[in-house]
Amino acid sequence: MKKPIVSFKDFTFKYRSQTEPSLTNINLTIYEGEKVLIVGPSGSGKSTLAHCINGLVPFAYKGDIAGSLTIKGMETKELDLFTLSKVVGTVMQDPDGQFIGLTVGEDIAFALENDAVANEQMKERVEQVAQLVNMENYLESSLHQLSGGQKQRVSLGGVMVDDVDVLLFDEPLANLDPATGKYSIALIDQIHKESNKTIIMIEHRLEDVLYRDVDRIIVVNDGEIVSDSTPDELLSSTVLLENNIREPLYIRAMKYAGCTITEAMKPAHPDTIEINKGKLQDWYEDRPHKELNESSSPILEVDNVTFAYDTGKTAIQDMSFTIHQGEMVSIVGQNGAGKSTVSKLIVGFEKVQRGRILYKGEDITSDSIHQRSERIGMVMQNPNQMISKHLIYDEVALGLVKRGIADNLIKERVEKILRICGLYPFRNWPISALSFGQKKRVTIASILVLEPEVLILDEPTAGQDFRHYTEIMEFLEDLNRRGITIIMITHDMHLMLEYTPRAIAIAQGKKIADDTAVNVLTNQAVIHATNLKVTSLFELAVRAEIADPGEFVARFIAYDREVRTWQ
Amino acid sequence: MAVEMLAYIKKQSRVHELSGATKLIIFLCWSTAAMLTYDTWILLALLVISFVIFRLSKVKISEIRFVLMFILFFLLLNNIAIYLFSPQEGVKIYGTSHVLWEIAGRYNVTLEQLFYHFNITLKYFVVIPAALLFIVTTHPSEFASSLNRIGVPYKIAYSVSLTLRYIPDIQREFRTIAQAQQARGADLSKNEKLTKRIKNAAVIVMPLIFSSLERIEVISNAMELRGFGKKKKRTWYNATAFRRADYITIVTGVVLLILSLVITFYDGSRFYNPFY
Repeated sequence: MKKPIVSFKDFTFKYRSQTEPSLTNINLTIYEGEKVLIVGPSGSGKSTLAHCINGLVPFAYKGDIAGSLTIKGMETKELDLFTLSKVVGTVMQDPDGQFIGLTVGEDIAFALENDAVANEQMKERVEQVAQLVNMENYLESSLHQLSGGQKQRVSLGGVMVDDVDVLLFDEPLANLDPATGKYSIALIDQIHKESNKTIIMIEHRLEDVLYRDVDRIIVVNDGEIVSDSTPDELLSSTVLLENNIREPLYIRAMKYAGCTITEAMKPAHPDTIEINKGKLQDWYEDRPHKELNESSSPILEVDNVTFAYDTGKTAIQDMSFTIHQGEMVSIVGQNGAGKSTVSKLIVGFEKVQRGRILYKGEDITSDSIHQRSERIGMVMQNPNQMISKHLIYDEVALGLVKRGIADNLIKERVEKILRICGLYPFRNWPISALSFGQKKRVTIASILVLEPEVLILDEPTAGQDFRHYTEIMEFLEDLNRRGITIIMITHDMHLMLEYTPRAIAIAQGKKIADDTAVNVLTNQAVIHATNLKVTSLFELAVRAEIADPGEFVARFIAYDREVRTWQ
Repeated sequence: MAVEMLAYIKKQSRVHELSGATKLIIFLCWSTAAMLTYDTWILLALLVISFVIFRLSKVKISEIRFVLMFILFFLLLNNIAIYLFSPQEGVKIYGTSHVLWEIAGRYNVTLEQLFYHFNITLKYFVVIPAALLFIVTTHPSEFASSLNRIGVPYKIAYSVSLTLRYIPDIQREFRTIAQAQQARGADLSKNEKLTKRIKNAAVIVMPLIFSSLERIEVISNAMELRGFGKKKKRTWYNATAFRRADYITIVTGVVLLILSLVITFYDGSRFYNPFY
């Protein structure tokens, strides 16, 4: 029997600011050298669980603890954050926010500096660790110039420099594009195999994590552990469905085709799962082919637009595309490909240098931000960047107040929008009391109140669990049915597939594809250039020897949308 | 933008090779000397040395043009202000009045006043190269360690350097938020009256504070998790050990400072008086 390294016994924790405990009665043991995944919807307590392990609870976030948590045999509440950080190394989500040094070497060295390690030894150790994460040739490089994958390696190095026993990854996939996410999972796996450290990952993107083996998956919901099993056991149970966690798509497709998933089928990977070709093929033949709707008149045209930032780098080059009235389109591309720039050009935050932007055939290239905002609304990724009032009503009314519209008219329009957005009952609530998803709604409402016909959203579902994701997307779909044209900037492949029939792919400032989402996501060249990845559905269809795997994906999505009822 | 203009300029030179702390000490000596003395000869000597050091650094004027123009503009403003408020300052200091031409009332042009302005301008030119060189030849990562080396507690030194680093980020954030608010009707352009513009700017402040707080929480957790603040002392990855050149430079700098102060105060007046 292996030695336990992390062990919760009847552990309960309540944040000082809250009335209910965030974790109740946790009993969990993680053994040395294990690789464990902790999944759960937002607010389930999985992040609190992570904070207990790395010591942020109770040392940075205060609260009351009952029961015991021992790490490497030591009772954590009797230790301090620094002692714990020598045992548990944490890689937080969003590497950008947590970099402390400016160069790779400096960031890796940070923990050593704090330990007052002498300069020469420090350089030597940094060198070693950099080799471990394959960054030894980049020690002098500035962190901002690195790719997403390299950044992950640096943050891993910064933690491993301490020779910790446990590596804790707090949502390592949030904010990463699919290809980089896949790469990170492979990197974590490689480190696990080479160093034999204990790995704990907190994540809700189950399918992406399962790209490499994990020993155990722990499901957390409502502050309790609801399941603790191997991936194969978990995927053949109903635990995921019951706890609002998205099943891997290939599993769902197999279920639709009438297969019963059992542990013996090894369902943890799409390429190992035992499949029933016949059933999948039959299901595929039974499903109707769906023609895309005829396109309506153009509402927005980007016509040969070129744009460069002050630094001289051309961000957008000769780009043209047309958005039709009532469409729902996604714009995809790697970080830095120019997708945000395009949206800024459309709403006028940046000035087009060559080319035109047309709205319903009218040239709006020289219109101001203010003029365009009544036709095209822009919702930013982080709601905190938009909210400036205390109460929901005031926030939504702000745009109208600034336009000097009469009070009674404002009230009428704001209340109408609040009803559409399902926020009417909360209209007098402080915004700070809302969840992330609700805040997002408030920001959308505050834009909709200006009655634009086109809505551009930057990563509307980033960091959201399946339930909030579905909520936000169904709300947007509802708006779309009311006639609002929606453009989404995203690298979420599910979102593209499920909600936007059409996708425009951008790479290095140029449009490289403009096609149905399914075609974009099954085109190897485009996938590669935009840092997306092949969906497991496609792989499944190939394995089932279905003649047109792309069409299989399309039929699956259509069917899934029909049958999936939320709550 | 100005912040980017003041960024580190990577070069291989004797000045770059010096440790950040040395440059900071020299900068402090240099400006103390230049502030205290009005002795034209000392200023001229310091000026010559400044220019020599500047050449040594291999930094080109074109690379710092923007900041330089900005400072020169200030210098001009300063000179104009001095003349407007105190046109007889030179006469008062040097005790004689060689009038070149009259303008109106107490506003005339005297040799003494011109000489006084010349000295002020010299002071600027003595300090400018030292200040700019400290900033553009010290790697930003070395900034905190240099502060720490001259006795600033490392927690304070670190917060200073983190603040400096986040200024560009916050500027960017400010821009994004401002654009979003503009789209909702908070006009910040010149089309709007100033009072209204100030009021409109207020709606940007709240989101900016919130997003900055978020940023602070993340970074402070990250720092604590990696042991920041554990010990009374810490070491610096980027600290370059003092070499012979550093000691020589510091000693020379201190000697120059003392020398200039001795000469300046030797005769009881901080001014060199050519009119006497």
